[in-house]
Amino acid sequence: MSAGRAIVAGDDTRGRTGFERVRALMEMAAGDEKHDPSAHSTLDIVWVLYDRILRFDPTEPRSESRDRFILSKGHGPVALYAVLATKGFFPADELERFMTWPGILGGHPARDRVPGIEASTGSLGHGFSMAIGVALALKAKDSDRRVFVLIGDGESNEGSVWEAALLAGSLELPHMTCILVNNRSSTRPLGDMAAKFTSFGWVARDVDGRDHDALETALRQTDARRPSLVVAHIS
Amino acid sequence: MAATVSDLLDIDPRVFVVLADISASYFHRASARHPDRIINVGIMEQTMISLAAGVALEGFIPVCHSIVPFLVERPFEQLKDDFCYQGLGGNFVSIGASYDYGTDGMTHYGPGDVAILATLPGMQIVVPGTAGEFDTLFREAYTNGSPTYFRTSAHQNANDRAVSFGHLELVRSGSRATVVAIGPMLDRTLSAIDGLDVALLYATTLAPFDGQTLRAAAAARSVIVVEPFYEGTMVAEIVRALAPDPVRVEAIGVPRRVLSRYGTPEQHDADIGLTPAGIRQRIERFLDSGR
Repeated sequence: MSAGRAIVAGDDTRGRTGFERVRALMEMAAGDEKHDPSAHSTLDIVWVLYDRILRFDPTEPRSESRDRFILSKGHGPVALYAVLATKGFFPADELERFMTWPGILGGHPARDRVPGIEASTGSLGHGFSMAIGVALALKAKDSDRRVFVLIGDGESNEGSVWEAALLAGSLELPHMTCILVNNRSSTRPLGDMAAKFTSFGWVARDVDGRDHDALETALRQTDARRPSLVVAHIS
Repeated sequence: MAATVSDLLDIDPRVFVVLADISASYFHRASARHPDRIINVGIMEQTMISLAAGVALEGFIPVCHSIVPFLVERPFEQLKDDFCYQGLGGNFVSIGASYDYGTDGMTHYGPGDVAILATLPGMQIVVPGTAGEFDTLFREAYTNGSPTYFRTSAHQNANDRAVSFGHLELVRSGSRATVVAIGPMLDRTLSAIDGLDVALLYATTLAPFDGQTLRAAAAARSVIVVEPFYEGTMVAEIVRALAPDPVRVEAIGVPRRVLSRYGTPEQHDADIGLTPAGIRQRIERFLDSGR
């Protein structure tokens, strides 16, 4: 098990070629009728996570030794589906049945139906706190596996997001990283989220959400004690 | 509650307690022994439930606890999505049943908890009549892999009974009707039916409901349910258990109106007629109307 290594290793599952394949899969699945800006804004981030950061084995999606990733906002999961398929969690042709009766890939992800999905999400503001629970559980198991959770700027209108930010910042969770995708979908201006999370006790960084190398650098960084926030700005 | 859960923390390494300030002081000693498996998140009930789901995702058995409105009603969607939808097991132990906090006003009353939880697929509901029965039922059910709600109350019956998860108990036989007393309603119901020719069943597990025992005991197909929460909550379950037979049902419990007075639970009981005399009066009226 190593970072970004799929069992179905091939030229088209990694790096820039892999990313273009994922993008094509996503476009095919989503089509014009299901066009989803939420998926487009998270695509680069999810790809960098699975291609460069996370340790996983698609043949053992619930392996104890995997890193965990929770798509808290649940919206735009087709990007995550395309990445999971490309990395070998399930056949890519499943994307052809996205949001259809015979398919397993819904408009929001379900953990009991889709290999690689850690948590069923869709109602905003749930997955962030679930990720804290996962991180605390791993701590109780004395595990050093990392926990990543992706939230949206629109999702950050939810009060439960602020509960989670306050709580995690006060706990020793060095293996937890929250990725806040800022695609300017928040009805209310959020201001400087990195500064806000820092005031709660997080280590926070701002990064270009389309720059794969910058994302990788930010996602690799951890603190000895504190959880990390990466604010990924989508222009 | 704290004694039972603290003991299980000692003997079962899968137990993980998630609190939201309420009753945190009762867990200080257990917290010192198991700091990695008890967390008090503070006053954030939505996060209490979602965090507990995260703990369950990793194979632990979470136990959450608060006052009824803050355990059930405020984080209701978290219970629905994070536990029921995800198929995760967890335990939710409430205090402050109905108007146990009878001087604190409607914000702290919880007569609607069982009615709304009953809408959730897979949610088990347990209403013990004593602290001893809570201990028995909790130990029996906490590992069963389903989300399970335990409703504890300041109202308690005088004696523990030999309760068993998922089963109604036939307390006494009778022919004119079958009375179902739920949890802390047992003692006052026993007083209320003194001398009446009615059967009495004692219910502590409401979901899953033991319709088989009710069907066997309710030959007359006349059922009176005495409920410590909103009256009528269990009627659909009773009708379902006896279907397709026609059934006469009377529900005696907390009326669905705003309880705007401040007082002891006993004063609230008297106000709404949830006393032995009030219950008897309604049972007699029901029996008379069925002649």
